[in-house]
Amino acid sequence: MNPVQWSRALTEMTLAFHIIFATIGVGVPIFISLAEWIGIRSKDEHYLLMARRWTRGFVITVAVGVVTGTCIGLQLSLLWPEFMRLAGNVISLPLFLETFAFFFEAIFLGIYMYTWNRFSNPYLHWLLTIPIIIGSSASALFITMVNAFMNTPQGFTLRGGVLTDLDPVAAMFNPATPPKVAHVLSSAYLTAAFLLAMIAAFSMLRGRRNDYNRKSIRLNMWAGLVLAAATIWIGDLSAVFLAEVQPEKLAAAEWHFETGKRVPLFVGGQLDPHTHEITGAIKIPMMLSLLATHNPNGTVVGLNDYPQEDWPPLYVHYLFDGMVGLGSYLLAVPVLFLLLRRLKKWNAYNRWMLAAIVAGGPFSLLAIELGWFYAEVGRQPWILVRYMRVSEAATKNPDVGIAFWMFAALYLLLGIVCVYVLSRLFRNKPAELELEERRIIL
Amino acid sequence: MPVEQLGITVLWIFLYGYLIVASIDFGAGFYAYFGRVIHIETAIAPIISRYLSPVWEVTNVFLVFFFVGIVGFYPQTAYYFGTALLIPGSIALVLLSIRGSFYAFANYGAGKSNLYLLAYGATGLLIPAALSTVFTISEGGFLAVRGNTVSLLLSELFFSTYSWAVVLLAVSSVLFISSTFLTYYAARAEDRTALGWLRLFALWAGVPTIISSLFVFIALRNHNPHHFARTLDVWWMFALSLLCFIAAISMILRKENYGMAFIMVMLQFAFAFFGYGISHLPYLLYPYLTLSSSVTNLAMGRALVVSFVAGLILLVPALILLLRLFLFNAKYVKGQT
Repeated sequence: MNPVQWSRALTEMTLAFHIIFATIGVGVPIFISLAEWIGIRSKDEHYLLMARRWTRGFVITVAVGVVTGTCIGLQLSLLWPEFMRLAGNVISLPLFLETFAFFFEAIFLGIYMYTWNRFSNPYLHWLLTIPIIIGSSASALFITMVNAFMNTPQGFTLRGGVLTDLDPVAAMFNPATPPKVAHVLSSAYLTAAFLLAMIAAFSMLRGRRNDYNRKSIRLNMWAGLVLAAATIWIGDLSAVFLAEVQPEKLAAAEWHFETGKRVPLFVGGQLDPHTHEITGAIKIPMMLSLLATHNPNGTVVGLNDYPQEDWPPLYVHYLFDGMVGLGSYLLAVPVLFLLLRRLKKWNAYNRWMLAAIVAGGPFSLLAIELGWFYAEVGRQPWILVRYMRVSEAATKNPDVGIAFWMFAALYLLLGIVCVYVLSRLFRNKPAELELEERRIIL
Repeated sequence: MPVEQLGITVLWIFLYGYLIVASIDFGAGFYAYFGRVIHIETAIAPIISRYLSPVWEVTNVFLVFFFVGIVGFYPQTAYYFGTALLIPGSIALVLLSIRGSFYAFANYGAGKSNLYLLAYGATGLLIPAALSTVFTISEGGFLAVRGNTVSLLLSELFFSTYSWAVVLLAVSSVLFISSTFLTYYAARAEDRTALGWLRLFALWAGVPTIISSLFVFIALRNHNPHHFARTLDVWWMFALSLLCFIAAISMILRKENYGMAFIMVMLQFAFAFFGYGISHLPYLLYPYLTLSSSVTNLAMGRALVVSFVAGLILLVPALILLLRLFLFNAKYVKGQT
């Protein structure tokens, strides 16, 4: 493999690993805050304990998120020096702001963790969660702005390799920023809801059928319902946005070649790479027109309007379908759970329902991965759409392969130890033991 | 002040902040491990973990802030340093990652095994050594620039006296800064056993610190005479640095004013660090990059400065709150909460 391919592989690996922890880091603080607030308001020790336990797991994932975030931050310069030399002139402002947002979060997280019983008014301690939420969500906002800029660059003019008429603020608020930021935030919150519900459902499956776990599932499923609906709605907006601004990215995901009206949608299937014939797919007439333009007669631009060397790899179709399929699952689970709770004669906490909730944890993370791979691979061959190709941006250093294996070993080690430490943390001290210690009556 | 000078001033101040807080953190890791080896862990470990637990993430942000800032203000540095430092940079990143995450694993998760502590202690010395090579490289003579590629001359770096002098200075400074701070912290916590040990560590770490800094001057004279000549222009800064060192050591020797002694150590490094920085200018990377040849455009420069000021308005009160709650809270320091 050449340096370009190694650089891509290393960046993909770092992002795929980092995004798990980044998503948890953005999503979980909302739920810690929610649980503590409910706990203080209704004087319910269960919710206060929830906030404590979630925080304890959270800081461990934050630590891994911090170090892998540092890795990707520096790798931008180490692996893509040509990109940073050019784009750094236009887009370093949100990168810079992100460090402030993170700084802010880190300070208040440190205070929050070590001041559980230090304030006489419990709401003062709860207030500390607000800057943590602002900091973590603002980090996601600023980083997603950089990613959006790579898709729809603006705020500069390129004349003969020289940048002029620079406007850093216009670069930050580029057209892709609103849909992308909204999708990243809502899906991160949704993932957190499912991961936390997963922990409680798993422990109920293991026989710990107590109120603590029931309350945790209930809270997270209500949140999951709202967030899944919001995420799907925002995802729909993103598709409309793509159809307008980056039609080739949407066309590649939908295997849509000829520009036309009343375009059908293909789900799954196989593509003949030469004839572009689709076999074995579920065909829904007029659906793509409806999705992309909100009008069954709408015109959708196809890939054939673009030179073939500018096409993204066509396997992104499966990434897209997988993401949408998992997103639907994440909506179906809370709907079903809350329906079962309404019907008194059914037990909402039956084994099958609990298993479906447990599966929602890994599925939500998988959806995040597929979504990011679609977002990044779907932008190929560009690193800065219509300005710079990935192949022009990579380092010329021949040793990227060595760095790749070094980081592969690092992520493997961190992944294993993190899972081990987290499971030990919760297994050595199950909730009921802690409830007893704190004299909370079940 | 033109934007290119304003940028480097801001970044250099942050790097100085990182130098102090990271040295405390790195050195504390080493002393924690060393303490276990010589069986005085019970005396110094609580002091160390009480100080470090709330602030370790903040330390890391200082570093991220610096490298994001330098690429923001001087995008050309991404190209030269980024290409050449791929391998050393990756090694430093791997070490930093192991250190940061294992710290959290050990502190918030499982108990402290020997392996965690070894990783924590060893990286505390290896990371400053790895990071300090960036200063070495910036002196010139270690990069080959041919057409469109920049490569690092590893063997030159390895056999250079200057490079080893810098590594030695970095490691001994870490041990010195950290032990003088922990001495002060132990004195505030009124922990006599810990104080006795840490005071001893501080005195011993002072010796290699001052010897290796003289050594760096001599090696710099041979390696980059141009830079050496510029250091003589600001000789008074290095003289003040030495005076602060003497003041700090004498206070620690006389077992008094540990707080003032640590301030003196901070001043010692402030004078030396800024003296070094000022004499390094206008070069960021000798002789390829100067401030003016690598600076970003005016619009971005202004935007960065404005956001920096706005960020400080947000951060300074938050940092003061953190320090008041942990560092300067007598009850917390003594472990009563």
